[in-house]
Amino acid sequence: MRFTVRVWRQTGSEDAGRLVEYDVDDVSPDMSFLEMLDVLNERLTLRGEEPVAFDHDCREGICGMCGLTINGVAHGPRRATTTCQLHMREFTDGDTIVVEPWRAAPFPVVRDLVVDRGALDEVVRAGGYVSVSTGSAPEAHATPVARADADKAFESAACIGCGACVAACPNGSAMLFTAAKVTHLGRLPQGAPERDTRALDMLAAHDEAGFGGCTNTGECTAVCPKGIPLADIAQFNQDVLRASLRGAGGRPA
Amino acid sequence: MRYDEGEPLVDRAAPDGPLETRWERARFGTRLVNPANRRRLRVIVVGTGLAGASAAATLGELGYRVSSFCYQDSPRRAHSIAAQGGINAAKNYRNDGDSVYRLFYDTVKGGDFRARESNVYRLAEISTAIIDQCVAQGVPFAREYGGLLDTRSFGGAQVSRTFYARGQTGQQLLLGAYQALSRQIAAGTVTMHPRTEMLDLVVVDGRARGVVIRDLVTGEVSTHTADAVVLATGGYGNVFHLSTNAKGCNATAIWRAHRRGALFANPCYTQIHPTCIPVSGDHQSKLTLMSESLRNDGRVWVPVDPDERRAPGDIPAEDRDYYLERTYPSFGNLVPRDIASRAAKKVCDDGRGVGPGGLGVYLDFADAIDRLGREAVETRYGNLFEMYQRITGEDPYQVPMRIYPAVHYTMGGLWVDYDLQSTIPGLFVIGEANFSDHGANRLGASALMQGLADGYFVLPNTIAGYLADGPFPEVTDAHPDLVAARSDVEERVRRLLSVEGDRTVDSFHRELGSLLWDHCGMERTEEGLRHALERIPELRAEFWRRVRVPGSGEGLNQSLERAGRVADFLELAELLCLDALHRTESCGGHFRAESQTPDGEALRRDDEFAYVAAWEYTGTGTPPLLRRESLTFEHVEPTQRSYQ
Ligand SMILES: Cc1cc2nc3c(=O)[nH]c(=O)nc-3n(C[C@H](O)[C@H](O)[C@H](O)COP(=O)(O)OP(=O)(O)OC[C@H]3O[C@@H](n4cnc5c(N)ncnc54)[C@H](O)[C@@H]3O)c2cc1C
Ligand code: FES
Repeated sequence: MRFTVRVWRQTGSEDAGRLVEYDVDDVSPDMSFLEMLDVLNERLTLRGEEPVAFDHDCREGICGMCGLTINGVAHGPRRATTTCQLHMREFTDGDTIVVEPWRAAPFPVVRDLVVDRGALDEVVRAGGYVSVSTGSAPEAHATPVARADADKAFESAACIGCGACVAACPNGSAMLFTAAKVTHLGRLPQGAPERDTRALDMLAAHDEAGFGGCTNTGECTAVCPKGIPLADIAQFNQDVLRASLRGAGGRPA
Repeated sequence: MRYDEGEPLVDRAAPDGPLETRWERARFGTRLVNPANRRRLRVIVVGTGLAGASAAATLGELGYRVSSFCYQDSPRRAHSIAAQGGINAAKNYRNDGDSVYRLFYDTVKGGDFRARESNVYRLAEISTAIIDQCVAQGVPFAREYGGLLDTRSFGGAQVSRTFYARGQTGQQLLLGAYQALSRQIAAGTVTMHPRTEMLDLVVVDGRARGVVIRDLVTGEVSTHTADAVVLATGGYGNVFHLSTNAKGCNATAIWRAHRRGALFANPCYTQIHPTCIPVSGDHQSKLTLMSESLRNDGRVWVPVDPDERRAPGDIPAEDRDYYLERTYPSFGNLVPRDIASRAAKKVCDDGRGVGPGGLGVYLDFADAIDRLGREAVETRYGNLFEMYQRITGEDPYQVPMRIYPAVHYTMGGLWVDYDLQSTIPGLFVIGEANFSDHGANRLGASALMQGLADGYFVLPNTIAGYLADGPFPEVTDAHPDLVAARSDVEERVRRLLSVEGDRTVDSFHRELGSLLWDHCGMERTEEGLRHALERIPELRAEFWRRVRVPGSGEGLNQSLERAGRVADFLELAELLCLDALHRTESCGGHFRAESQTPDGEALRRDDEFAYVAAWEYTGTGTPPLLRRESLTFEHVEPTQRSYQ
């Protein structure tokens, strides 16, 4: 197979950046999208040009490190699939493919296709945990958890933190990401004591990090490689409302 | 390459007395650091996988001042995230005869009697507290309808002691540890440095006192000092280029520490997992594991005739060789990992492999679908089938899967004593990075257990005994050892960039990987190892003559990152082969063709080899020193494994 690949090149945050066109031939349909970029990079290196920088690590769809906007869609054309799990057989021989980084104000470009997603970690630090220090845990079977709750908590906990939801959202909102964590922990008895403060604190951190508000466009869930549902955002909003009605405040800073 | 015999090695921290109370007594014997003093003690933790994140979080909770480093953009992305199957714990919730002692026994035996009894017992003992801790953190383990935790039996274990969260156990456990770490970062006890790479260890007056770090975004090289350094940087499976490890997994941190004096133990103990998706072409960048659980219902076979041309579905039963069921009638498709891997290699070496290059065997679900129905198979393995189809473009409900073994885990690593302290005082090593409690072979679902045991429960206790003597004298920026370590790193970066040769980093990595895979993989021979030992130094010399690293040292340069890692792999590979050559017995994952039983099983030679081989660095290309730590078994009597 042979492709024309138009790749976003940007040397750093100061540089304005531009799309640069490359021809990539001898592509096997069994290659993953990132392997196609590997091939391009090997050739660029031998030609004395700088290879394209892109993030990746596990290459099996679980670490959340990869993430490219391919032909305008976060993670590309295949539903529920991370960039690293996308294969070239999904494209047609001769296609032109446009590859860009995640675009969102809180995710500044580091270089080429690499962005800084540190803002997502900030949101978790605001309360995306259960406060239980090592050694203080009760026996695991002391609190049974209904299977439906455990399963639902798992589904939300499956978020890989890739940031595709933010990249896809016209408002640059990270509500799906934040809601997934609030829903995961809020659904379990272990997370219940901090349910109010968690929701309020994570929402405040989300807004402070510069993520936009949610207007229910649903673009986020459409590109989410793990299928986190919009219902999690509804749950999050409910938790925030509940916390406010109960007169809970955030945790003192 | 030769080696010289060094002084025998003794674990001075090893406890004695009754096995069952060794850990309790060791803890009681450890000096404590009073809470007010902890604030004045600084600890560096490199790595944020299960081991590193759990250690950094726990040390932070205890009140130490912790600095944590990882090369990914977030600590949550460490390679532990990819673990699928589960985590073992001796809870005996099933009442099926499990106990701490049985987990201890299975681990010592599974490791082919090459691990320390005291360490393994402690691991089994702590396993239960790990589950409690993770549940309390909100890890959504699989549950039964009654609300209690579900377990499964894994990797041929006779008891059901593996806790799991669908096929994403590593992810859920790591997120638990990451969240605990996040809480400490918010509390100010831990300072997080993502996108940084440790490129050297700083040793001052014989103690580990800091690390040299390259900021992967700015390219800046800096030093960080502390009262103790903990390495939790994972395994070195990527020395083989193709493995199931994440692309960035590397040996740099432990290798640099080795060069600074830490002994490297049992480098040749590597684990090859039998069920991975085969290589599809030269472009292959990594291999994907298909969970071991598939062997519960899938049947492994190859055509009888090497010249078979028919599609698998058209090959009648009499022309198929279900070679595992044939050779191992009582265990069949469920034989241990190393045996299944070697058997697959053998049929492929005989020319009967399937798929591209003949490097694959069928894992067939047709009988399971007939027996259980498609729906039941889908419930059990649906997500794995989907993953397989995504990668290969083939539908495993219609055509048998193709699988082949791949490098998966490294049991070797830096030598540590019972306190997890290396031979450099103040340098502690945890998780897959140390030479671990798994001996010559790790049981399924035991790496996650060990990483979390080390990080949550062992290290935070044992490190206190060392830190009780601190704080140690301040190491200023102008300290000659610090300056020297930093300039070594800067010089190396400059050298890598200045070769400006005509070969890419990846081309060297691929070549090294196939050399190791062919000669130090599933089956090792004296001849093959000697060949590899001749070839590796040549390849290393060629690397430094011909490698091309584009770009500069300033700013993000992923080629430069890879070049440094491959340069270290090119040194480690030699020690790996030397260790494999010197150990003329077979044990666990280390199979020497010269040492096998009449029916082709690994033949251990306890009289000669019941020791840990810990290697001391003397210079690149100069003979290392072999320091032997002898192993004694007071509780589990060494026996020969048999799966016939
Ligand atoms: C596909 C797969 C499936 C597996 N499934 C299971 C399973 O079901 N059960 C089981 O028990 N085990 C399983 N394992 C094994 C297990 O996942 C690993 O052994 C374990 O997670 C290792 O954890 P760790 O904390 O030691 O290291 P890792 O998780 O590898 O973390 C290493 C950390 O070190 C950092 N690092 C590395 N080098 C540097 C450096 N030079 N500078 C700075 N930072 C650095 C990285 O950024 C990372 O944070 C599996 C392994 C694989 C590959
Ligand atoms: S590289 Fe890990 S999810 Fe894609």
